[in-house]
Amino acid sequence: MKDQNPHKTTVSKLVLATLGMFLFGFLLVPLYDVFCDITGLNGKVSNTAYVEKEGFTIDPNRKVTVQFLTNTNANMNWLFEAEARSIQVHPGELTRVSFSVVNPSLKRMTAQAVPSVSPSEGAEYLLKTQCFCFEQQELNPGASQQMTLLFRVDPQLPDHISTLTLAYTLFDISSTRPVSSIAERPGTYSGFPAATDSLFTSQSLLISHAQTLRLAGGY
Amino acid sequence: MNDMTQPELMHGHHGPARGITRWIYTTNHKDIGTLYLWFSFAMFLIGGCMALVIRSELFQPGLQLVQPEFFNQMTTMHGLIMVFGAVMPAFVGLANWMIPLMVGAPDMALPRMNNLSFWILPFAFAMLLSTLLMEGGGPNFGWTFYAPLSTTYAPPSVTFFIFSVHMMGISSIMGAINVIATILNMRAPGMTMMKMPLFVWTWLITAFLLIAVMPVLAGVITMMLMDIHFGTSFFDAGGGGDPVLFQHLFWFFGHPEVYIMILPAFGIISHIVPTFSRKRLFGYASMVYATASIALLSFVVWAHHMFTVGLPLAGELFFMYSTMLIAVPTGVKVFNWISTMFRGAISFETPMLFAIGFIVLFTIGGFSGLMLAISPADFQYHDTYFVVAHFHYVLVPGAVFSIIAGAYYWLPKWTGHMYDERLGQWHFWLSMVGVNLTFFPMHFIGLAGMPRRIPDYALQFADFNMIASIGGFLFGFSQLLFLYIVIKCVKGGQKAEDKPWEGAEGLEWQVASPAPYHTFAQPPRID
Repeated sequence: MKDQNPHKTTVSKLVLATLGMFLFGFLLVPLYDVFCDITGLNGKVSNTAYVEKEGFTIDPNRKVTVQFLTNTNANMNWLFEAEARSIQVHPGELTRVSFSVVNPSLKRMTAQAVPSVSPSEGAEYLLKTQCFCFEQQELNPGASQQMTLLFRVDPQLPDHISTLTLAYTLFDISSTRPVSSIAERPGTYSGFPAATDSLFTSQSLLISHAQTLRLAGGY
Repeated sequence: MNDMTQPELMHGHHGPARGITRWIYTTNHKDIGTLYLWFSFAMFLIGGCMALVIRSELFQPGLQLVQPEFFNQMTTMHGLIMVFGAVMPAFVGLANWMIPLMVGAPDMALPRMNNLSFWILPFAFAMLLSTLLMEGGGPNFGWTFYAPLSTTYAPPSVTFFIFSVHMMGISSIMGAINVIATILNMRAPGMTMMKMPLFVWTWLITAFLLIAVMPVLAGVITMMLMDIHFGTSFFDAGGGGDPVLFQHLFWFFGHPEVYIMILPAFGIISHIVPTFSRKRLFGYASMVYATASIALLSFVVWAHHMFTVGLPLAGELFFMYSTMLIAVPTGVKVFNWISTMFRGAISFETPMLFAIGFIVLFTIGGFSGLMLAISPADFQYHDTYFVVAHFHYVLVPGAVFSIIAGAYYWLPKWTGHMYDERLGQWHFWLSMVGVNLTFFPMHFIGLAGMPRRIPDYALQFADFNMIASIGGFLFGFSQLLFLYIVIKCVKGGQKAEDKPWEGAEGLEWQVASPAPYHTFAQPPRID
């Protein structure tokens, strides 16, 4: 029996290592999101509203072009357009852009817009105080809707970036989400149900709503 | 000798069981090695037939023989079968045969698990191949199975594909555990780590790579399965996931995987080159350290497969430089082999021919790899035939040539007969011409912009594609000659001595030819 023992310890260590690497594979999923969130890599932008801080100075001498791309995913038949393809803003200035969607189909559908900013280096400087992409859109057959985006370009945007492109892709999520779950947003960490996030989400929705009101008053 | 080995000794007095059950129930490392090698050869021919379907369709521009949907299934299955069915099991087969002989062990550490890890493979590949007959066809998303092609847009048979890859992964992991346990615990007394033959060293490192990355692959395909059937959105942007994440996870497995397919090859070449140069291997210790550093570096270069997904500049630079760094330990190996040959008394038997072919052509593949590592240039080369040329140069005249070289080198030990040297030389030269005719023109059409995985192409690529197709058929059919040579050698031929090669060193040459069913029941003494 003496001969068997070294095998037993070696094999159990190796089996543990195998299981550990299997779990590590899954751990890479949230790690990837955290990494992208921190660094703004991959054009990922924050999924929550930017909380306004006081004291943005508008830089009147600089102009940044912001382009809007509206795409729909392959299976999505909604019409989706921005009111302008491209606008020029001064860094620090609060800007409102309206997007329109039409559901031309014969059924009630739910949509989710997923944003992406390029160049990805500029992603963290595009501050969205209110965005339809924080929510899901639910439309009756033939219905249309105007959706608002409120954003600022951070005055600290590096000098060599003169154009930011904000691309939205609209996904049909009617089949994956219950139709009435409009308050929920998809989980930040892909793959896991978003139920635990909903409280947090409704809070941030309230905050962004309050800010919108405050800002509207101030305008 | 303690009491545990006594029953095995008793068993050793009668040889293998007779009939088919010998192969089904066997726990003998030589039997299992033989099973692995024949299985991988069968897969090599099946995957080769798929390659010939691809080359036939690409013989001329336009669509002649197959529909694009079927063409996609052929490229996908060719890749999967060659990687998981031909190259990996062939190395496991060589490991089973040779590692116990090389370290002076009576068998592998876990013989029953060894049996299991082989016997799930035929079922895994039968399932994978059966998807071709299913409604909607087999996997058609490329061997890299990028999401969402392999999730949202996959044929229904993708579930069978996932299950079969799970089985292959389990088989590889069990094989790797067995190899590590054998090498760490069963070396003959006196064989220290730095006295181990290089094939054993490279396989030890390969086995650790397998343990590290096959579970990640299992995780990725499990996530795919959950996205497809259980409503999660790991890779679905509409649900908050990210398809680029798939590529990161896949290549975190995939890049170490390509070293899993080449490190044992380095080991084999490091045995053959000294034997036929009649000199000791130049730089043994540096070979070991080079292998280990290649293995470690393989974990930090994966994103060079994804330069065009939109990495930040810092990422492009990091992965570019770390990838180029791998050329250093690889260069150490190539220079060591050349220094071993330098002023040696070289003879050019078939194993040596394949080994020299390996060194020359693998180096060409390494250089095109360096070209691909240059991130700004990769934007042009990405997904073109240049990539196809590169990885076929490192895998066919790389991994496959080394396996063939190893087979010729150890066939006398396995069968007790010498193979037909004249036919072996024919096999080498036909393969050499065929492989270069097939893959060298792909560099040119790739640089000119021909995309990979497309069944049709622009007219200006016609001539080079025709040459590649002719070369492909030449290479493919030469392997039937190899089959004939091996069968002929098994059936009979000139009697092989215990040490048929003058310059050979190692414990495997101290046992009789053919190697008895049980060897090293008493561990040998190593000085």
